[in-house]
Amino acid sequence: MMLQEPVVTGHPLADTVAQYVWLLPVLPLIGFLLNGALSMKAAAKLGPNDPSAADHGHHGSASAGVHDADHDDAHISHDDHPVVRHKYAGLVSLIGPGVLLLSFGLAVAIFFAMRSVDMAQPYVDTLFRWMPVSDMKINVALQLDPLSMVMVLVITGIGTLIHIFSVGYMQDDPGYPRYFAYLNLFVFFMLLLVLGANYPVMFVGWEGVGLCSYLLIGFWFSDKANADAGKKAFIVNRIGDFGFLIAMFLLFANTGALDFAGIAANIDKLPVGGAVVTAICLFFFLGCTGKSAQIPLYIWLPDAMAGPTPVSALIHAATMVTAGVYLIARSSLLFSLAPVASLTVALVGGLTALFAATIGLKQWDIKKVLAYSTVSQLGYMFVGVGVGAYTAGVFHLVTHAFFKALLFLGSGSVIFAMHAAYHATHNHADDAQDMRNMGGLKKHMPVTWVLMWIATLAIAGIPVFSGFVSKDAILGAVFERAQGSTLANASLLGIPGSTLLYAVYAFGLAAALLTAIYMTRMMLYTFHGPNRTGADAESHLHEAPWIMTGPLVVLGLLSAVGGWLNLPEFLPLGPTGVFDKWLEPVVGASTARIAAGGGALAGSTEQALIGTAVAIAVAGIAFAFVRLKPAALVPKKDSPPSFGFAKVLENKYYVDEAYDKAIVQPVVNGSKYILWKGVDVGIIDGLFVNGSALLARALGWIGSQLQSGQIGTYAWVLVLGVIALLGAFVRVH
Amino acid sequence: MLAEALALSGVLFVIGVIGVLTRRNAIIVFMSVELMLNAVNLSFVAFSKLYGATGQVFVIFVMTVAAAEAAVGLAIIISIFRHQETVNLKDINLLRG
Repeated sequence: MMLQEPVVTGHPLADTVAQYVWLLPVLPLIGFLLNGALSMKAAAKLGPNDPSAADHGHHGSASAGVHDADHDDAHISHDDHPVVRHKYAGLVSLIGPGVLLLSFGLAVAIFFAMRSVDMAQPYVDTLFRWMPVSDMKINVALQLDPLSMVMVLVITGIGTLIHIFSVGYMQDDPGYPRYFAYLNLFVFFMLLLVLGANYPVMFVGWEGVGLCSYLLIGFWFSDKANADAGKKAFIVNRIGDFGFLIAMFLLFANTGALDFAGIAANIDKLPVGGAVVTAICLFFFLGCTGKSAQIPLYIWLPDAMAGPTPVSALIHAATMVTAGVYLIARSSLLFSLAPVASLTVALVGGLTALFAATIGLKQWDIKKVLAYSTVSQLGYMFVGVGVGAYTAGVFHLVTHAFFKALLFLGSGSVIFAMHAAYHATHNHADDAQDMRNMGGLKKHMPVTWVLMWIATLAIAGIPVFSGFVSKDAILGAVFERAQGSTLANASLLGIPGSTLLYAVYAFGLAAALLTAIYMTRMMLYTFHGPNRTGADAESHLHEAPWIMTGPLVVLGLLSAVGGWLNLPEFLPLGPTGVFDKWLEPVVGASTARIAAGGGALAGSTEQALIGTAVAIAVAGIAFAFVRLKPAALVPKKDSPPSFGFAKVLENKYYVDEAYDKAIVQPVVNGSKYILWKGVDVGIIDGLFVNGSALLARALGWIGSQLQSGQIGTYAWVLVLGVIALLGAFVRVH
Repeated sequence: MLAEALALSGVLFVIGVIGVLTRRNAIIVFMSVELMLNAVNLSFVAFSKLYGATGQVFVIFVMTVAAAEAAVGLAIIISIFRHQETVNLKDINLLRG
C-alpha cells in the first residue's frame, strides 16, 4: 500500500507478520473484483440480442437445483432443460474460496504471532488519513487485539468452510460468479467491521455487510418474494443504523474522539451512569437490534432465509448478525459505565431468546426453525454481554458460529437432496424445505444426520458439547450478577436490577428448554420416522457430494469440542478459562467494573445451576421424543390447518401483520394521501410549479396590454414620462 | 436676446410635440419631428453666442443626422404605404402585444 504511513513503532507486533494485517480484508476484496469481472464479462457476452440469452435465463431458474425459495410452482414449465454450468465456474471455484483460504492462513499466522507477545495494548495500523476536519481526525486504521483476532478467525475460518460448501451447493446456478463476488465482498466488509480501529471505519463495514446481505437475500431476485425479503432486511436495518449514527455523533460531541483508543483516553468526560453515556449505549444498542435481529427489529431475519442456504449460514447465523454482539463487546468500556443500558441489553436479549424460541416450536420450514433459533441464540449472546460477561457472550458467538453454521449447511444438504429428488421426478408442486415433506432421511443421508445431531446436542446445551459450555457461562453470569453487581443495584423503569436479572435468568432457562424441544422436533421430523417424500422421489435421495459434507465434518468436530476453548473450572478436562484469559486485556476492566460489589458464586450454587440447566436440556429432548410422533405427520399438502395457540405460533404471533397495520400501512397511507397527493401533487406541483407558471403568464398578459402598437400612445407615454422627469428635476433643484 | 430666442425655441418645440401627438398622418408627424429638431437647433445657436462655437458644430451634426433620418424615415413610410395603402398611424399597429 503506497498510502501506508509508518507503522506504529514500539508495539511488539510491529515487526511481525501482523504488519500485513491490511491484506486480511484486501484479499477478499481482490476476490470480489475478479469474480465480479468474470460475472460481468460473461453477462456482456449474453447481450439482449443473443438468441440464446432468454433461453439461458430459463436454464437458470430451472437448473438451480437448490432453488430453496418456496415458490417452486414458478418454474414448472421449464424443468427439462439440461443443466448448463457457468463457463467460468472452474476459475471462480478457485478464486472464491482461494482468497478466503489465504486470508485464513494469514489470520492464523497473525494469531500465532500474537500469542507470543504481550497484548496489553492493541496494535493499530494506520493505512491512510480519511477525514481530517478540524478537531476530527479520522483515519482508516486497522486494530488488532485479542477480540478482533477472535472475530477474524471465526469470519475467515467459518467463511472458508462455507465458501467450499458453496462450490457444491451453487455449482449449477447461472449466477455462480456473481454469488462468489457478493460473498467475497461480504467477507471484506465483515473484516473491515471487526478490524476497524474507530467507529466510522466500523460503520463502513457495518453498512457494507448490510448491503451484501441485501444483495444475497435477493440473489434470486426474479422471484418477487426474494427481492422483497432483501428490501425488508435493508429497510429494517436502516432503522438500527440510524441509532449507530446518533451514538457516534453523541460520542464525538462528548469525548471528542471516535477511535477506540481516543475514547478510552477521554472516558473521564463521561460520568458513570450519566444520561449521556446511557443514551450513547442505548443508541448503539438500537443499531444492534437491527443488525443482530433483536426485539423489536428481528422481523427481517426469518425472511432473510430467501437467500441461498450457505448465505444464511455465513451471514445470517455465523458472522454478520453477531456484529451487534461484537459492537457491545468492543464498546464494553461505555456499557460498563451505563448500568441502565446494560440492563436493557440483558432484558431485551432474554425476552428475544424466549420469544423467538416459542415461534421456533411451530415452524414447518426447516430454515425458518433455524432462523428463529438464531434469533433466540443471539438473544443469549446479548444477555451475556448485557450482564457484563463479555467473554461469555463472545464465546457463545464463537460456539454458535460453529454449530449454527453446521445446522444451516446441514439443512442446505437436506434441501439440496430434496430438491434433486423432486427435480429428478419432475415434482414441482411440493416444497423442498417443508419438514412435513421430509422424514426418514437418516437412511439416505447418514453423515448429515450424525453431524446435525451433534449440532443439536450442542445448541441444546448437553454437557461437553460446545454450546453447553458457552450457554452455561452466560446463565451462570446472569445469576452471579443478580446476586450482587452494579447492575443489581441499578434499576430500570422502577424495577430493581436484581429482580430483572433473575427474570432474565428464568427467561434463559425457559428458552433453553424450548430450544431443546424445537431442535429435537426438527431432527425427528427431518431425519426420523417414515419417509414422506413419496416413493418416486425417495429413490433419488442421497448424500450431498464430499465438497459439501467435508466442511460439515469440520464444523461437526468444532461443535463437539469447541467448548475446550474455554472450559469452566468445574470441568477440568484440560486447561480452563483459556478464552477468558485471551480476552482479558480487552474486556477485563469493564467486566470487573460491572461485577464490582458481587462475589463469585459458591461452589454448591454453581453446581446446582449447572444441574438445573442440564436437567432442563435433557428434559426438553426427552419431552420431544415422547410427545412428538413423526409417524403421524402427513405431507404438507394433506396437513390440516392448525388452530388455537399453535396457529398463533405458526403465524409468528402475527407480529409482521401487526407491524404492517401499525407502521407500514400508516406510512404508506400517509405517504400516499398526505405526502404524494397533498404535498407533492397539491403544494409542490399545484402551488409552486403550476402556480409560478400561472403568475408569470398573468404578469405577461398585463404587460402585453401596454403594447397597443399605436405609435401615438407610445408618444404620449414618452412625453408624459419626460414631463414627469422634468417635474422631478425641477423639484429637486 | 437669449431669452427671446429660447422662448421661440420652446414654442416651436411644443408645436412640434403637439403635432406628433395629435396628427395621424405619418408625413405630418414626421414634419413635426423635424420641427422639434429645428427648435433645438435654434436654442443651440442662441447658446453659441454665450459659450462659443460648440453649439453651432452641434447644429451641423443635428442637420446631418436629420437629413439621414429623413431619407430613412421617408423610405420606411413609402414602404408602409406600399404594403398597407395608407399612412394613417391609427391603422398601423403591427407591434401590438
